[in-house]
Amino acid sequence: MAGKPLATIVSAGLSKFGRREGLYGRELFAEAAKEAYERCPNLIPKKNIKALFVGHMGESYEHQGHTGPTLADWAGLLPVQATRIENACASSGVALGLGVSAVFSGMYDIVMVGGVEKMTHRTTSDVTEFLAMASDYPFEQWHGITFPGLYALMATAHMHKFGTTEEQMAMVAVKNHHNGALNPKAHMQKEVTLEKAMASKVIAWPLKLYDCSLITDGASCLILTKPELAKKFTDTPVHIIGSGQASDAIGLYEREDITTIKAGKLAGQEAYNMAKVKPQDADIAEVHDCFTIAEIIAYEDLGFCKPGKGGSLVEEGVTEIGGKIPVNTSGGLKSKGHPVGATGVAQAYEIYLQLTGQAEKRQVEGAEIGLSHNVGGSGATAIVHIYRRG
Amino acid sequence: MTETFPFTIEQFYKFVSERKLMAAKCKKCGIMFLPPRPMCTKCFSSDLEWVELKNKGKLLTYTVIHVSPKQFESLIPYTVGIVKLEDGPKLPGMIQGVAPEKISVGMDLRVDFDTTIPSQWPTWPRYFFKPS
Repeated sequence: MAGKPLATIVSAGLSKFGRREGLYGRELFAEAAKEAYERCPNLIPKKNIKALFVGHMGESYEHQGHTGPTLADWAGLLPVQATRIENACASSGVALGLGVSAVFSGMYDIVMVGGVEKMTHRTTSDVTEFLAMASDYPFEQWHGITFPGLYALMATAHMHKFGTTEEQMAMVAVKNHHNGALNPKAHMQKEVTLEKAMASKVIAWPLKLYDCSLITDGASCLILTKPELAKKFTDTPVHIIGSGQASDAIGLYEREDITTIKAGKLAGQEAYNMAKVKPQDADIAEVHDCFTIAEIIAYEDLGFCKPGKGGSLVEEGVTEIGGKIPVNTSGGLKSKGHPVGATGVAQAYEIYLQLTGQAEKRQVEGAEIGLSHNVGGSGATAIVHIYRRG
Repeated sequence: MTETFPFTIEQFYKFVSERKLMAAKCKKCGIMFLPPRPMCTKCFSSDLEWVELKNKGKLLTYTVIHVSPKQFESLIPYTVGIVKLEDGPKLPGMIQGVAPEKISVGMDLRVDFDTTIPSQWPTWPRYFFKPS
């Protein structure tokens, strides 16, 4: 029997992901918050929500820091306490983890967690530079190692050690674009063929354009309550039953083994133990596919298959909708898009839709247990949450 | 002699400007740190020493970068990799003087130095790898 609820999701919101011209990040967050409020008419935001935890990675994009109170204001929550969390691409996964801790500790009955990033108004070169800030400056950035470069280093090592192929990586892109084409909020709602993915421009060999997630604008949020209060606000609660987070060296080169993300493995083990579930109990998962190799490594780190078998898992269709464990039904970072600060909670949003039967064309029938896996940088932060239908 | 130098990243790069590859070693537990750290993160001792490393290693993994920040655009495409040094520590950096198609995991590389860059934050002289 799965573990006891730590906190419960009673509502969720997600802005449309994509190129959102003419908008600031805070305006996207208001869009997400509005959806969460509309889903939950019994909630009086100003009265009920006692704290806001938001993920936001970079001041550089909008020349804007101090995001916590700014988003609290645009979400109509002033003067509630508001805190911005920065853990690179895991910022809002960590915001969710802290929100769960805040509720589970008894400090607050109801909190909002979320995240935001506005990226597409900047040039690719600028975005490449800003994202690289999540890696080690003096030994990685200074030597010209980009973010795709770091995952390419992992991919080369994985190919060399296990025989993983560029085709298998491209299959992750094909699957996630297929799912994203079913998601009206995805950035790129378009199928891609294996041939097209394989023929796309090289970004950091062996990674090509279609191996990389999208530069996207977007915002996400969830409303969490103490489990015993959830029924006041919704008939379809989703319980969070496991939350695990781990850290590793900032420099990829310092890690013992770069064919795995050790922090992801440790975070998964902690979350599984807390939730009292095993990898094979998960009915659906949203994993951090910032690059296609990252999804393959995530399968292995989360125990969906043995180390080195992630490439075969996608090739055999196990992680497609209709497969044994559908992964990234939302389209993932690959096709739904990756507004970095918003991603962790956007993954939780998809799990919430799936476990409450609201995922429309991409619905996985009868899903009871879900998992989300959010990685910061090249793996110095990883956080895993496990969810159960209430 | 070298024990009087601080165990900092800046000092590591000052050694690079003298064409030396140096790591910090904990005198108590023997662990080697590259980057150097002011405190041993295994046994928490501050009793450290600088040791000079041999300029040799094997390539663990590599990639060819085709999209970069502006600073590196003139070099595109360029190759970077992680090298396991003969003395133990691993180090990332550019691989020069060899065409990408001639590069393979496991190949022997040696460390060389570009000391033309001034040694002042945020720029440092660069070490790089080339075929031995």
